[in-house]
Amino acid sequence: MRALTALLRRPGHRSGAALPSSAASEEKHRARIKFGVTFALVAAYFATPASASTGAPVNPWVALAYLAAGVFFILALRGLSSPATSRTGNRFGMIGMLIAVVTTLITHEVANVVEIGVAIAIGGIVGFVIARRIAMTSMPELVAAFHSLVGLAAVLVGWAAYLNPGSFGILGADGIEPVSKVEMGLGIAIGAITFSGSVIAFAKLSGRMSGSPILLPARHVINLGTLAAIVVLTALFAMAGPAETMPLIIGLTVLAFLIGFLLIIPIGGADMPVVVSMLNSYSGWAAAAMGFTLGNTAMIITGALVGSSGAILSYIMCRAMNRSFISVIAGGFGADESAGGGEAKEQRPYKQGSAEDAAFMLEQAEKVIIIPGYGMAVAQAQHALREMADVLEDKGVEVKFAIHPVAGRMPGHMNVLLAEASVDYDKVFELEDINSEFAQADVAFIIGANDVVNPAAKTDKSSPIYGMPVFDVDKAKQVFFIKRSMGGVGYAGVDNDVFYMDQTMMLLSDAKKMVEEIVKALD
Amino acid sequence: MDFISILSIFVLACFVGYYVVWSVTPALHTPLMAVTNAISSVIIVGALIAAAAADVPGAKWLGLLGIVLASVNIFGGFAVTARMLAMYKKKEKK
Repeated sequence: MRALTALLRRPGHRSGAALPSSAASEEKHRARIKFGVTFALVAAYFATPASASTGAPVNPWVALAYLAAGVFFILALRGLSSPATSRTGNRFGMIGMLIAVVTTLITHEVANVVEIGVAIAIGGIVGFVIARRIAMTSMPELVAAFHSLVGLAAVLVGWAAYLNPGSFGILGADGIEPVSKVEMGLGIAIGAITFSGSVIAFAKLSGRMSGSPILLPARHVINLGTLAAIVVLTALFAMAGPAETMPLIIGLTVLAFLIGFLLIIPIGGADMPVVVSMLNSYSGWAAAAMGFTLGNTAMIITGALVGSSGAILSYIMCRAMNRSFISVIAGGFGADESAGGGEAKEQRPYKQGSAEDAAFMLEQAEKVIIIPGYGMAVAQAQHALREMADVLEDKGVEVKFAIHPVAGRMPGHMNVLLAEASVDYDKVFELEDINSEFAQADVAFIIGANDVVNPAAKTDKSSPIYGMPVFDVDKAKQVFFIKRSMGGVGYAGVDNDVFYMDQTMMLLSDAKKMVEEIVKALD
Repeated sequence: MDFISILSIFVLACFVGYYVVWSVTPALHTPLMAVTNAISSVIIVGALIAAAAADVPGAKWLGLLGIVLASVNIFGGFAVTARMLAMYKKKEKK
């Protein structure tokens, strides 16, 4: 191992030959020399002194390996453009990670391989077991929990780099280089925000904490003040001499943990898709900041990818709710009772039906569009729903699924649940692709969704959800609305005119039970 | 590497990310989050560097802890993504 390490550390010296091999048996090594010679020309290009500024020798092959890891991560995301290529994409991601880890291990003199191996094994087993056992309906909280781990890992790495700058190659003549300190400070701050924010998001999503917003008085002042303090501390930390940095970095870390917590507690359950995507983005920026500190291309590329991915998802979610990002972040949505349906409305008449009625109508229909929402996930009704769709299709009914971008608690949540119930993904459509079809549909079957079909979003300017794109279920000939009871309204706290339309039949029951009864009645 | 080259890589990667992510089909947004989560754990590289050095014990233990956390994410993230993606199938028409 030592010999190999020494070889790799000498810049530009035949080093390519040994790159992919961690078990450096001499024979293998020789076999690869040919390979290495072929690449020598390429190497010449990369052997430019990239290390000029820090003075530490950077092996071009190492840099190339990290770059390759970054490219594999890009391919991993690219694969997700279609379900057919997605599995290959995921494998590319794993290869990229393997390259990054192996490259790091063989290019650093590892003091104790056993310790590192044990650490990876512990984490790996825990992660693998969780991934296998988790229910698909709990995916949002799992993702939130994973984000918190990335955040915390970023904080730990930042601190480790602060305590041992020598091994990270960021030690200048006068302590740690100021640029590195800024990057480090930002990395720790973003990581800490990601961690505490994700912990709150996790608690809210998993029901360990109430989903309703918690509003502190003067919270905007507190939050902005804390953010400003973090920026100031980062600047001071960068400029401080080696002796006086410790209290600054401690203050920075503590404040960043605090602001992550403060930022998420006022945000309500319905805005969680945005929060989860936003934290996704933050975990990327934290990785990128650490990548800057280490001058590591794999980390920078990944950080930028993940950061922009999360940002785009947040944007898509905000657009689907017709809300600005700022208003989501400011929080408090769903707590404000005075907006919209605040004034006590008189009881309006609605029609209630039974499973038999619904089954009869569904059988007669030519085209049925099913709109699932978070309620379906809560009731775990996706399997029963697929069974219903299968029975209907056997009877010659055309069945399609319509998914709103903010249905569920995270982007794409409903798609995963339907996929879990093995609904063919060709039958699942996005809002803009299917909305024109409601006019030709005989039945719109709403299960566990509410705000996403509320016509108030199109007509009522005073409604908090005004402007949000919604499904035109009122155009369908018949609407079935599965809902637990007439009491509760959606997360926006708005009454829904769909309940009271002539063609609507309310099916008041647990979603799963109701669908199972319909299936029984269909036979 | 000097700051400007790193910054160039970063900015270009942001653009790549922008275009690649917009091409992801909305049906796969949940697997997208899971896989981005897994790959952002490439931060394990930093943790490995910290844990590899024996000279500063504090930094080493922080590094080891960082490795554990990042490994949970790497294995968990890729495994859960694979599990989800395996479910997206086109049914064979009988």
